[in-house]
Amino acid sequence: MSRLSAATRHRVAFTLNGRPVSLEAEPRLLATDALRHGLGATGTHVGCEHGVCGACTIQIDGAPARACLTLAVQLEGRDVRTVEGLSPAADRLSVMQAAFRRHHALQCGFCTAGILISLDAFLREQPHPTEDELREVVGGHLCRCTGYTPIIRAALDAAAQLRDAPSLPEPAHV
Amino acid sequence: MKPSAFDYIRAGDLSEALDALARHGSDARIIAGGQSLLPMLNMRLAKPAVLIDVMGIPGLDKVRREGDAIVVPAGVRQAALMRRPDLSTKQPLLAAALPWLGHYQTRARGTVCGSAAHADPSAEIPLCLVALDGEIRLRSRKASRTVKAGDFFAGMMVTDKGDDELIEAVVFPAARPGTGHAFKEVARRHGDFAIVGCAAVVTADAIHLAVAGVADKPERRSFPLLDGSALSDALNAFAWDLDARDDFHATARLRRDLVRSLGRETIAEALSCRA
Repeated sequence: MSRLSAATRHRVAFTLNGRPVSLEAEPRLLATDALRHGLGATGTHVGCEHGVCGACTIQIDGAPARACLTLAVQLEGRDVRTVEGLSPAADRLSVMQAAFRRHHALQCGFCTAGILISLDAFLREQPHPTEDELREVVGGHLCRCTGYTPIIRAALDAAAQLRDAPSLPEPAHV
Repeated sequence: MKPSAFDYIRAGDLSEALDALARHGSDARIIAGGQSLLPMLNMRLAKPAVLIDVMGIPGLDKVRREGDAIVVPAGVRQAALMRRPDLSTKQPLLAAALPWLGHYQTRARGTVCGSAAHADPSAEIPLCLVALDGEIRLRSRKASRTVKAGDFFAGMMVTDKGDDELIEAVVFPAARPGTGHAFKEVARRHGDFAIVGCAAVVTADAIHLAVAGVADKPERRSFPLLDGSALSDALNAFAWDLDARDDFHATARLRRDLVRSLGRETIAEALSCRA
């Protein structure tokens, strides 16, 4: 049993987008704040802070998770992936990101990081998604700009592309 | 919105978690998936002094069969139960209800037992437990006991669980041949809390209808195999007995109407699935 006291900070170590990272965290620190303030990974956005809006969605061991409903200490030893880890290189977009650009699937971009992370996780378990399935996945996110239709179009397009060319370059750590 | 300060205990086995619960009682809360607890912490509706994380306890993440029962221990995530390929034959009610539970993203993290512990009156897991006459297995350092779902849920977010107890597992009876199951729910948007949720179990000689979102806990009523106006009268009596209230999401009148109409549709579907 390990007990982390409320009054002190504790070292939390995990893998972030393929690289080992660590920070000092009080038990009550949320994963959102750990990523953004502790590690400077500001790609993960913070919206509602009670699990409704989906902006802060990250992947923990490949599964989607609301970072605002996760404690930093729960990330100990985990494999965490954020939007920064989606593109194959700093100056290139992933297949899904490129589809979002082509289909105008974002305007202000605040919700986009979370949606990209959810779709990435879902397409790994379901490479042949139906439109209804994608609507259910995207339904876990609030977007106030697009009306969602271009997001679904981009996701269907990207899924088809990923199926046709499974050998497209992926981030090195996957 | 940030949680107030707490100590965080990572339990390595069940006895460590039970010892910590015995020591801290009502000052402690169990955290598993955290999908109900973290919103409460962030909004400071709950301010526990100690959190006890049970997700590192070996063996708690495996669903198992015990005779005719599906035993779901405390570490099983909702998505893991939903992904079981035999779920639609072993317990079709769960297969029908789980896709309505929160979102893809919250099911990936939230646990089945955590939803039972949270006891939201509109939640799907408590509704299914009550509809199927399932059980909750509670354990403290001193004793273990099993409580029927109908006795476990005591009111809005209130259960029979003692401060020194944790939910070790919830138990869903597996489907029996000749029994029909159906689930229906009305919410403003998919993934929102249900305004009314209905779960029906129809056997050779009885209809069991459980309703969530109306009373302060899921309620089940059993009728003989009624139809026509006799069924309408029974549903109307049930709807009024649930003591619906107006709130921000719906009026009491709409909720009663949904018990009558959605309840009837759910029973009809369960009947058609019985063959």
